[in-house]
Amino acid sequence: MSTRLNPRYRFDAYVVGAANRLAVTAARAVAESPGSVYNPLFVYAGSGLGKTHLLMAMGHHALEINPQIAVEYMTLDEFIEAFNAAIAAGQGEAYRRRYTDVGLLLVDDVQFLTHRREMQAELLRLTNAMLSAGRQIVLSSDRPPNEIEALDERLIQRFAGGLVIDISAPDYETRVAILRRQAEERKATFDPSVLDAVATLPIGSIRELIGALNRLIAFQAVSEGPLTSAMARTVLAKTMPQTVKGGAVPAAAAGAPTVSTVPSVSETVATDETDAGVSPGQASTRDEFGSFLTEITSAVARQVEAWRGRVAEAVMRWEGEGYRTERLQRLLEGEAPVDPEAALHDYEEDIERLKALEAEAQELDPAVAGRPIFRDPDRVDEAGAEVQRARDGLSPPPGPSPIWRLDDFVESPANRVAVRAARAALEQPGHQYNPLVIIGGNGVGKTHLLNALGNALAAAPGSLVACLQAQDFVDDLIKAIERDRVAWWRARFRRITALLLDDVHLLAGKDRTQEELFWLYNHLAESNRQMVFTSAVPPEELKTIEPRLRTRLEGGLVVELPAPDREVREAIVSRVLREKTGEAEPELAAYLAARPVETVRALLGLVQRVLAAAEAEQERPSTGIARQVLEGSPAGPARRSTGSRTSGLLSPSGNLRSREKMVWDWPDIADRLIEDPR
Amino acid sequence: MSLVNFTTREITCKIVYYGPGRSGKTTNLQYIYGRVPEARRGRMVSLATQTDRTLFFDFLPLDLGVISGFTTRFQLYTVPGQVYYNATRKLVLQGADGVVFVADSQARRLEDNLESLQNLQANLLGQGVDVRTFPIVLQYNKQDLPADLILTSADLDEALNFRGYRSFAGDAVRGAGVFETLKGISEMVLKRLAASGAGVP
Repeated sequence: MSTRLNPRYRFDAYVVGAANRLAVTAARAVAESPGSVYNPLFVYAGSGLGKTHLLMAMGHHALEINPQIAVEYMTLDEFIEAFNAAIAAGQGEAYRRRYTDVGLLLVDDVQFLTHRREMQAELLRLTNAMLSAGRQIVLSSDRPPNEIEALDERLIQRFAGGLVIDISAPDYETRVAILRRQAEERKATFDPSVLDAVATLPIGSIRELIGALNRLIAFQAVSEGPLTSAMARTVLAKTMPQTVKGGAVPAAAAGAPTVSTVPSVSETVATDETDAGVSPGQASTRDEFGSFLTEITSAVARQVEAWRGRVAEAVMRWEGEGYRTERLQRLLEGEAPVDPEAALHDYEEDIERLKALEAEAQELDPAVAGRPIFRDPDRVDEAGAEVQRARDGLSPPPGPSPIWRLDDFVESPANRVAVRAARAALEQPGHQYNPLVIIGGNGVGKTHLLNALGNALAAAPGSLVACLQAQDFVDDLIKAIERDRVAWWRARFRRITALLLDDVHLLAGKDRTQEELFWLYNHLAESNRQMVFTSAVPPEELKTIEPRLRTRLEGGLVVELPAPDREVREAIVSRVLREKTGEAEPELAAYLAARPVETVRALLGLVQRVLAAAEAEQERPSTGIARQVLEGSPAGPARRSTGSRTSGLLSPSGNLRSREKMVWDWPDIADRLIEDPR
Repeated sequence: MSLVNFTTREITCKIVYYGPGRSGKTTNLQYIYGRVPEARRGRMVSLATQTDRTLFFDFLPLDLGVISGFTTRFQLYTVPGQVYYNATRKLVLQGADGVVFVADSQARRLEDNLESLQNLQANLLGQGVDVRTFPIVLQYNKQDLPADLILTSADLDEALNFRGYRSFAGDAVRGAGVFETLKGISEMVLKRLAASGAGVP
């Protein structure tokens, strides 16, 4: 009844060229998901161009993917024969039912439906049943449906509703490829020029081509030396008609002399032409209108169906890229769209929107980006809403504090290396020194430099700078873990253009944070985004930081920010005094800068105290007040009773160090906090 | 111009036979009319003068039936060739999808051919049609006349066909080249289907 699939007819044995690429692509798509892409698929091609091979290859491929699927291949003749037998046996219904289990039905040579009304009705019924059950039907013919004589219009429409695709005669390159493969399969070796010579012969069908090759193989077997291209031509000229073209004639039966039965145009004679006024012999009296109509019909069919080809190509392309193509497939299923060009244009615009949305989602939250709505052009609005939700949910990570500016950072010979490195990093963020690791003790200005760098980086358009304390980084992650939003937390950091992390040594022992930082580090480093870290100790001393992270820090530029030298201290004091009082007070500045403090923070504490004392005295800050405040010299009149406040540190000897620790006044609680030693 | 209408599923091709007076435009249409089965052809409308010259235009509708689901109609028109009927020619030319320029092969009519061809181009340009891409074919009619009276197709190509249109030798009275010409222009017109932005009214 139905034919077994020829094991040699597989896709990998099918030579693909320009003439059949579209058909093969469509066939593969159908075999990979029967019933869901092009249903029905109608392949037409001249005899011997590979229809049967293609159909059987689809069967094999579908079975490889899903061994459970029922694949049935048959020629139309077999279909008719079986049907007639079933009807004769009164088993018509049973015959019909047997197709209900078939998942992929391959019907070859349907051109023989011509004038078979009953079989057309049967095939129509079967096609309808297959389509409505979502099962695949593939048909092949030597001509397009609309050229099959007396074919039911409904069948033509059904076929047109799927994909009608043709295979044309193979081009030269494909012919050579086919010959080579065939020769190889038969373990025959020919000089390349011989195969070239065969490929250039006016042979239109693959079957004939292989026939020609077979003749050469046979000839070579009996000849003594290797075949030359000239010999090959002679052999083939003897055995095959030179007029073979177009591939409609199957390889001639062995030995039978072939007589052309197709009358040439000049041989056609007048038949029943009765129109007067035309002298015979001058103009042909053929059915000129009929031939005109035939040409117009095929021209119209080609052009009208051209849009189907375009839409089908678009379906293949976008499906290949993983997009849903239902909208386009509906076009193919429809009788005729209002405007296929516009529909394609709209579809492709939607794809572009989806791509943009998905790219944004990828930045915002990779978990969102993977969702199928980004692959469905019919759900662009939903995708847009999804991205909006992701946008709303993603507040940017903390940025640098705007009060720190690089211009305010006082440069001196001691800190020049660090400051210059920072400026260089700014020139080419992510490329020059990445990461930049600033090390230094407490209160030497690491935070200032870090935030100042952050502000400078944030000034670039489109930048998103995260600048935060390591402890905040840890807390943020903990919060995210608590709320089960780690993916969101990651996404939030992954979209930043620069990461500046203060006091990275505080990550010691925080394994999970270190791990997250490691992945974030890699992500940012890959895309050349600037990273700056500050640490109290050099990276190699960060023993409790995972080696993989520590070595990464070591691999960057490590610069030390030393304790402020006198030059820096004086500049800082002058600036603060200028800001607070409008005057730099050089003498006071010099006095304060000379105080033995280790850190900028301590220095600022001194300045604050002097300023507060001056304010309390309602005087301008001066060296005198400073001395009084810092050294306890009896310069001022209003020395308050301190007995109740002392902690025994007050010494009449006027010891400088202990006096400095004396707190005479509490100008502001914040100053106290600053002074609180770490 | 309404070539293909996807909404009403109709294809309508308007083809105008153009050329100098007495070059054989109406004869082309009459020959076609004679070959079309009765069921396919509409009534050929011919508004001719008493001296048998086309006064207004000839019109031959051809119904080619349903092709690929589209009701396909061809409308063949001729224009009056005489120089003074230019207004009519412009009118008939409006909305044409293709033009068959029927040239008279007689050597003495060369000037008339040139003048008419220039007139065709001027009228098309006047309607904003790009003559470089618009479907036009040439038919060198009356090639059956004695050789010393006519120019050969090659000569006429040389003289008239500087744009390299497809050209056909014709003998419209006996029908030689008539359908070839019609096929030639139809093919060009239909080829534009795909490119012309189907469905544009």
